[in-house]
Amino acid sequence: MPEWMTVALWIAAAVVLATIALGLVRVERGPSNGDRMLAAQLLGTGAVAVLLLLARAADAPALLDVALVLALLASVAGAVFVRRLGVQPVQRGQDRTAEDGP
Amino acid sequence: MAAEVHALDFVLVVLLLWLGWRALASADLFKAVVQFIVFGLLVSLAWVRLGAPDVALAEAAIGAGLAGALLLDTLARLGRKGATDEVRPLGLTPARAGIALASLGLVILLVASVLALPESWPGLTAPALQQLGASGVTNPVTATLLNYRGYDTLLEIGVLLLAVLGVWILDAEAALPAAPADPMLSLLLRVLLPLTVAAAGYLLWVGAHAPGGAFQGAALLAAGGVLWHLARPLSLPASRPVRAAVVLGFAVFLGVGVATAVFGGGFLTFPPAYAGAVILLIEAAAMVSIAVIMVALFVGRPAQGTK
Amino acid sequence: MTGEDVRSALSLTLIGAGIAFFLAGSIGVLRLPDLLSRLHALTKADNLGLGLVVLGLTLQADDAFQVVRLLLVWLLVLFASSVACYLVAHSATHANGEPTPTVGPDNPSMDKRDGR
Repeated sequence: MPEWMTVALWIAAAVVLATIALGLVRVERGPSNGDRMLAAQLLGTGAVAVLLLLARAADAPALLDVALVLALLASVAGAVFVRRLGVQPVQRGQDRTAEDGP
Repeated sequence: MAAEVHALDFVLVVLLLWLGWRALASADLFKAVVQFIVFGLLVSLAWVRLGAPDVALAEAAIGAGLAGALLLDTLARLGRKGATDEVRPLGLTPARAGIALASLGLVILLVASVLALPESWPGLTAPALQQLGASGVTNPVTATLLNYRGYDTLLEIGVLLLAVLGVWILDAEAALPAAPADPMLSLLLRVLLPLTVAAAGYLLWVGAHAPGGAFQGAALLAAGGVLWHLARPLSLPASRPVRAAVVLGFAVFLGVGVATAVFGGGFLTFPPAYAGAVILLIEAAAMVSIAVIMVALFVGRPAQGTK
Repeated sequence: MTGEDVRSALSLTLIGAGIAFFLAGSIGVLRLPDLLSRLHALTKADNLGLGLVVLGLTLQADDAFQVVRLLLVWLLVLFASSVACYLVAHSATHANGEPTPTVGPDNPSMDKRDGR
């Protein structure tokens, strides 16, 4: 693998990580719990992508197994959420006051 | 290290610190749980960057998968009212000041002990790798966990056993009202359950020479069990087969230890010729037990009188 | 320019396109006004973002087993995210067992404040 390819893959992994970090703003803002859960789903997919890129960049195929485990479990938290809690509708005006801190 | 590696590590560290702070400071418990799940995902990436793919695998399965499931279920049991924590004023009370001071002292101690480490301490990597040929496996992490420090892992399985006994002893919670059956959830179960079983077997097998092993495989199996419980509610009473499955791993591990103490070189000292097979046997038994224990922890104790 | 170079360039192009979809998905999750449209944005990142990254990486894989695992990871994420998004959407539109069609923008006043 040429040197520039390794560099490019590391940068790609960092960019994906920074990109999905935008989803954290949605976790913070909500307003409904469904919004927070779906943002976590996005971060899970992003983490899988980062692992796949690192597996190649660092030449560590074992990381493919870590990605496989994450992919297998990607739906578990969402399924528990829907079965146990469900999306709670947001009362207008309440989501603002429910925010803690700026 | 090159700049591109630092870029990734920098983003990771900033996100971890921010998430850790937010998960602790958030008054909305659901938000805190989601932030903790994401924290688990990123901690798994951090383990990868620290060169510990075995730990990353365990963190991915347990931190991002099962811990999130347990916390969300707990939140549902606390009830909708409890889902928003009472507003906690952030004032300084004597108790908080004490905790802060104690934490600060611990941090100072840790930093001091890190600084006190000799700069060129060889560590135990070399002796661990030197003995690898006699350990029965070629993955140094599995060799350490199951062979060099087998008693440590034995006690870990014992801790899990005690945890499930504790849950069974506690009074049964009123069961949550069952949601109507969902066809998509059944589909999810039908597709994922065989895959989690296959992947768990793969991780168990591959653990001998690459990152993987009993705990990681068990976490996958347990996730399959959790999905099963969600789609078609299970009842896991402390019946004879369930009890047998729960103690199997600890019993096999202990039995091997006693056998090697009586007939061989000492407690959990495996003869090199059989070490590989013995480790696989212990890991297979442990995987079944840990998986059943984790599902039992999620299901909880069924209420008396209902099924 | 050798065949190897062409393959590397193609691989990087695909990965770059995947990152663009991750970016689009993240911005969508951040900026779109309500839960259902945000779900719509999320699936782009899962399907195309990860899909293109996986496709780019398969061009660089060392052996067939790696290709199989890469594709399996993508298919699993695809399946998991589709089901999870369905479940969340179903839960949002069928609160209390009744279809509730009134899922509108959460907070129009906030949108104006953001200059939208």
